[in-house]
Amino acid sequence: MAPSAVECHPASMPDYTPASQLRDLQLQRLQHVVARAWQHVKLFRERMDERGLTPENIGSLEDIRKLPFTVKSDLRDTYPFGLFASPIKDVVRLHASSGTTGKPIVVAYTKEDIDVWTSVLVRCFAGCGLHRGDIIQVAYGYGLFTGGLGAHYGAEGLGAAVIPASGGNADRQIMLMKDFGVTAMCCTPSYFLHLIERAAELGVDLKSLPLRAGVFGAEPWTESMRRHIENGSSIEAFDIYGLSEIIGPGVACECQRHNGLHIFEDHFYPEVIDPETGETLPDGCEGELVLTTLSKLAMPMIRYRTRDITSIMPGTCECGRSLRRMNRIGRRSDDMLIIRGVNVFPSQIETALLQVEGTLPHYQIILTRAQGLDQLEVQVEVTPQMFNDKIGALQDLHCKLQNALDHVLGIRVKASLVEARSIERSQGKAKRVIDRRTS
Amino acid sequence: MKIEQISLFAENKPGHIATPARLLAREGIDIRSLYLADTQQYGILRMIVSDRRKATQVLEANGYVVKATEVLAVEVADQPGGLADVLDALDGTGLNIEYMYAFPNACKDKAILIFRFNDPDAALERLQAAGIHPLASGELLER
Repeated sequence: MAPSAVECHPASMPDYTPASQLRDLQLQRLQHVVARAWQHVKLFRERMDERGLTPENIGSLEDIRKLPFTVKSDLRDTYPFGLFASPIKDVVRLHASSGTTGKPIVVAYTKEDIDVWTSVLVRCFAGCGLHRGDIIQVAYGYGLFTGGLGAHYGAEGLGAAVIPASGGNADRQIMLMKDFGVTAMCCTPSYFLHLIERAAELGVDLKSLPLRAGVFGAEPWTESMRRHIENGSSIEAFDIYGLSEIIGPGVACECQRHNGLHIFEDHFYPEVIDPETGETLPDGCEGELVLTTLSKLAMPMIRYRTRDITSIMPGTCECGRSLRRMNRIGRRSDDMLIIRGVNVFPSQIETALLQVEGTLPHYQIILTRAQGLDQLEVQVEVTPQMFNDKIGALQDLHCKLQNALDHVLGIRVKASLVEARSIERSQGKAKRVIDRRTS
Repeated sequence: MKIEQISLFAENKPGHIATPARLLAREGIDIRSLYLADTQQYGILRMIVSDRRKATQVLEANGYVVKATEVLAVEVADQPGGLADVLDALDGTGLNIEYMYAFPNACKDKAILIFRFNDPDAALERLQAAGIHPLASGELLER
């Protein structure tokens, strides 16, 4: 049931495509993208060959299960352009996200890909009740990270007035919100919590501002965080989901019912698998989200394992959209941490520690939340090789560790030196991550 | 004579000196000198003890990282100029004191200066040439 034109942005019409029509479209696009990847991406073709598959073997949507998975390390192993299906002359944008070994993961877009990305973000914003006339402040980082530019194009595509504030400088963000009469914010939920607290310190009452919506993503968050945000600012908070490997933000987003995130499945085909066996699970079962890009040209992703744990919600949403919904992401199936929107792997921390010391000391990662912002502390046990009875030498070492961590991770973390054997060992192995963030 | 001092790493938190002190006490090891260099987060506990080997053994067995360092102990008169006279002997030699600490020996009107030099052998030679004779470890422990 499509709503009337008054309440629906024209770009949102695909949200209401009848399910059977949507499945036909998905199959047609799946066949196309598989053929394209098979033709242009060596790694994908080799994997198809190993299984004795050709694009002709995809006769139904269920046949997607025959296809090989793509994982994050495939992007790393083919760095920088190995998974591109378009020649560079057709590429108009490159983004990159943090990798685990110092090399980032590169993603590419053709003009058509940017248009698809923009269109799904327009649908996200429209679903959040935003439209032309809104003033949207984008406080995601602009740059290699997909968040800033992605949200920017989407908000502009919607016809809203966009403020490209980028990340950081909370006082200026609050000034812009207040002086420009901003009606919607896009940033990480933890950053918005920080803004709420900073506004209170500055004596700015967010509840008295025209601000009415926040589109928050790039990190997992919880219902209690939503309540905290909504109580602290009287806005409506929406969860948006995406990842650079697929397109960036805009893979899925909540509507005003706030009952799961609608997946823009005309462009991104979702499956949920058992992360251990790789078996596809039925809707309603929790497992790892696997996404296939149905229309991406520059860098098609076939059955990309997101490592995000969720489930596809059975039934349809009261909003009338035919798009299936997924539950909010609560955790991951690997050890990746998301700190202030930045992906952090414990292995990166090991790389930094190795750079400084040459050997790997015992270490532990402590996650806390202070003033709404995630904090990461790396505690490093002082080994006999590291120890020196001169305080200056220890301070030097401390400083080197701090710099190496900041450099490798790309975010500010706290390095601490702790006594040998102070980190608890369980069965001889240290527990690497202690999460003390309360939701 | 050079003396072996032991140092151990300790976090700057309540109780973090008590534990090693108790371990040494239990073994009947006397702490002859002690100095704590600290930052906000951690510190280095430096000690000259009656039995260095045993102390190192018991501390390491309990998970501490222990380092032995050669220091020089000089006994001076506990009066104005006591320290200055020793430092004068080092003037112009390029020898650097990486750190030092001092404690009084009240019943003898003396003070004992502990020096960690960048080059302890050269420093020893220089002091002896100037008629200053750093204490041997046995001497220090007797005082």
